[in-house]
Amino acid sequence: MMNQGNTMSNMKRLGWRHSGTVLGLAAAWFSRAAYAVNDLPGGPAVRQLNLQRPATLIAGEQIWLHWFMMGICVVIFLAVFGVMFYSILKHRKSVGHKAANFHESTAVEIAWTIVPFVIVIGMALPATKVLVAQKDTTGADLTIKATGIQWKWGYDYLKGEGEGIAFVSTLDIAQRQMSDNGGAKPGEIAPDDYLLKVDKPLVVPVNKKIRIITTASDVIHAFAVPAFGIKQDAIPGFVRDTWFRAERVGDFYGQCQELCGKEHAYMPIHVKVLSAQDYSAWVALKTAEKAAAKPL
Amino acid sequence: MSAVLDHPAHAHDDHGHATPTGWQRWVYATNHKDIGTLYLLFSFTMLMIGGVLALLIRAELFQPGLQLVNPELFNQLTTMHGLIMVFGAIMPAFVGFANWMIPLQIGASDMAFARMNNFSFWLMIPAGLMLVSSFFMPGGAPAAGWTLYAPLTLQMGPSMDSGIFAMHLLGASSIMGSINIIVTILNMRAPGMTLMKMPMFCWTWLITAYLLIAVMPVLAGAITMTLTDRHFGTSFFNPAGGGDPVMYQHIFWFFGHPEVYIMILPAFGIISHIIPAFSRKRLFGYASMVYATGSIAILSFVVWAHHMFTTGMPVTGQLFFMYSTMLIAVPTGVKVFNWIATMWRGSMTFETPMLFAVGFIFVFTIGGLTGVILAVAPIDIQLQDTYYVVAHFHYVLVAGSLYAMFAGYYYWSPKWTGVMYSERRGQIHFWWSLVSFNVTFFPMHFLGLAGMPRRYADYPMQFADFNAVASVGAFFFGFAQVYFFLAVVLPAMRGKGAPAKQNPWVDEGGKGAEGLEWEVPSPAPFHTFETPPRLDSSATRIIG
Repeated sequence: MMNQGNTMSNMKRLGWRHSGTVLGLAAAWFSRAAYAVNDLPGGPAVRQLNLQRPATLIAGEQIWLHWFMMGICVVIFLAVFGVMFYSILKHRKSVGHKAANFHESTAVEIAWTIVPFVIVIGMALPATKVLVAQKDTTGADLTIKATGIQWKWGYDYLKGEGEGIAFVSTLDIAQRQMSDNGGAKPGEIAPDDYLLKVDKPLVVPVNKKIRIITTASDVIHAFAVPAFGIKQDAIPGFVRDTWFRAERVGDFYGQCQELCGKEHAYMPIHVKVLSAQDYSAWVALKTAEKAAAKPL
Repeated sequence: MSAVLDHPAHAHDDHGHATPTGWQRWVYATNHKDIGTLYLLFSFTMLMIGGVLALLIRAELFQPGLQLVNPELFNQLTTMHGLIMVFGAIMPAFVGFANWMIPLQIGASDMAFARMNNFSFWLMIPAGLMLVSSFFMPGGAPAAGWTLYAPLTLQMGPSMDSGIFAMHLLGASSIMGSINIIVTILNMRAPGMTLMKMPMFCWTWLITAYLLIAVMPVLAGAITMTLTDRHFGTSFFNPAGGGDPVMYQHIFWFFGHPEVYIMILPAFGIISHIIPAFSRKRLFGYASMVYATGSIAILSFVVWAHHMFTTGMPVTGQLFFMYSTMLIAVPTGVKVFNWIATMWRGSMTFETPMLFAVGFIFVFTIGGLTGVILAVAPIDIQLQDTYYVVAHFHYVLVAGSLYAMFAGYYYWSPKWTGVMYSERRGQIHFWWSLVSFNVTFFPMHFLGLAGMPRRYADYPMQFADFNAVASVGAFFFGFAQVYFFLAVVLPAMRGKGAPAKQNPWVDEGGKGAEGLEWEVPSPAPFHTFETPPRLDSSATRIIG
């Protein structure tokens, strides 16, 4: 008995010591894994579980739709597997359950064909409403062409305030190098906008309908900003469009979402949403810059 | 040595030629059981190679920043992981099951075209070699994703051409295999086995074989046009010459979506045998299972563009493909309900095949439900090309197809090898796989919702923790499959283990697995059903 007790306490001590080491390692790893990184407003949050905080009506509708679908799916999941696990617990041979003999019921089959069919229709109706709204690109206040180029984004302001402005937006070089060097080194602080910072963000006014026309000059890219609820492939030789109306000022981030070659992970999208006055000031500045740069 | 690898007995060899021995037995193989074994070993090899590629991907993604591979190689890894797993692992594995089990289940002496069977297997070897060796070609392996979207494929090096050729060979092999399966099932059933008395695995494979014949030529067309765009000056998909890259996607997914069902319908068939056997009850709603399988197959042809919601289809197009996709949930749901109704008020035991079958239903259904969520086009706009999609299709392909194959292996390997696997090891394999699978892929749902794009070699800091968890899970999952091979498959191939009874899945009351495969001894003799058996009225037993 005593011997056993000794062994037990030895094991316990050993276990504790080990769990201490494990805990320490885990803590060290987590502090490293966390990289002192913060949520990025307008971009992803740390260990985010759901869709990003919406900045447009459509993105809000998508979140609602996702919760709605999740709710139905969770109820179905619980109901179906409630039955299955009840059966697994009660109808097992080891508790002496004898097998019944039924193996057919047309009525039941019809019922569980019709009920899911009705549920599917119930899911499709609200989805249709959102889909039609998000495809309506008419009546835009500002039209901007986004051109996917391996591996950067070209922006041309085609119509509306700021017409004629054009520039190319590229990932911050220091961040690209940090990636090549294996990420943030110990002691180095990784920026919260790692791989999302660009030299020249796309600038748009708040509360205006912005139509984005996408195209590409080489391969297919995709222009996506989760907070706006938009994602549109940029296809070489073709133009496609999408739209958003940002409801608050701030910085919003997205990334290329269609495999486009080796630097696919390094062509982010940064949209800066400004108030009407700030936007006008930015347009004036850009126009002046352009005039100054013009050769005589 | 066991029956699988042993030299076969010649007791029934009355065809006037000796069965070759040694390497000739395998190279000249015409016996459906030998060819089935070859298919299964080939596909497991490819599973291991594809798995190593997956672990390299996960190792790179363990932390933000590039530590192990450069972005070029990363794209090659994701591309080849996909191609090897789909065309090298899952599809051939199901053909292996078909070769072994269809003749045994329908009371046929062999497959209808024994020599074509040999050819369709041996075509896979050069194709597999070409795929794997593409890493060592100038410029590395193809890096355009397993979907091989144009015009990115036009930028690829010479390995793209060998990849295309490999896919042509695999496609030809699949078509030959399908023709063989269709003719075998339609012409060689034992007298009395009407179509509606046929085992579900044969039904699902019959429908799968038709799907394969319908869509493999479509894939061949798409990649041939890619080839001529690359080398012969055509502009099918090359926008620089007036071609349409979106057309490629339409053609590819017209193949690609039925392909998804090609990879899951035979799994449904396997599960439909195991659930009744271990519930000691007949399959509930046999006829509706057949009709549901047919409905899924037909619907699979009209949903392809749900992979393309972000290409910018007109709103009517998006609506049509959203509705048709959601509709697939109905027959798929019917299948799940039928399995659960089969379990209901049964007398269940949970040997390893049943564990994997129940695990399949549970985890596959999660993948099915995320599929319904992805079908909703406005939500798909957020989730397309993110890790949510990666999570979804691994839930249906790994926890779906692969788990069903494990279930099938544990269920039928006593018949193949003549020895029982170790129940304890089977259970370790199951629980180890189930837990590590979910640790790997469940966090990917969160990553996708938060907006992490797939096929990214590096990612923003905020995604770091879930990526680390997924990577740890992936390594555990990988090791579980090595354990499966070393602790379960290898001993069985060496004939180690308790001798298997003719029907190991029948209890003292005579209830359990039914079907003609359990009417022949274990291990199944080299030649079975050389004269068509006389069947009872249910076509599950031999009389007289």
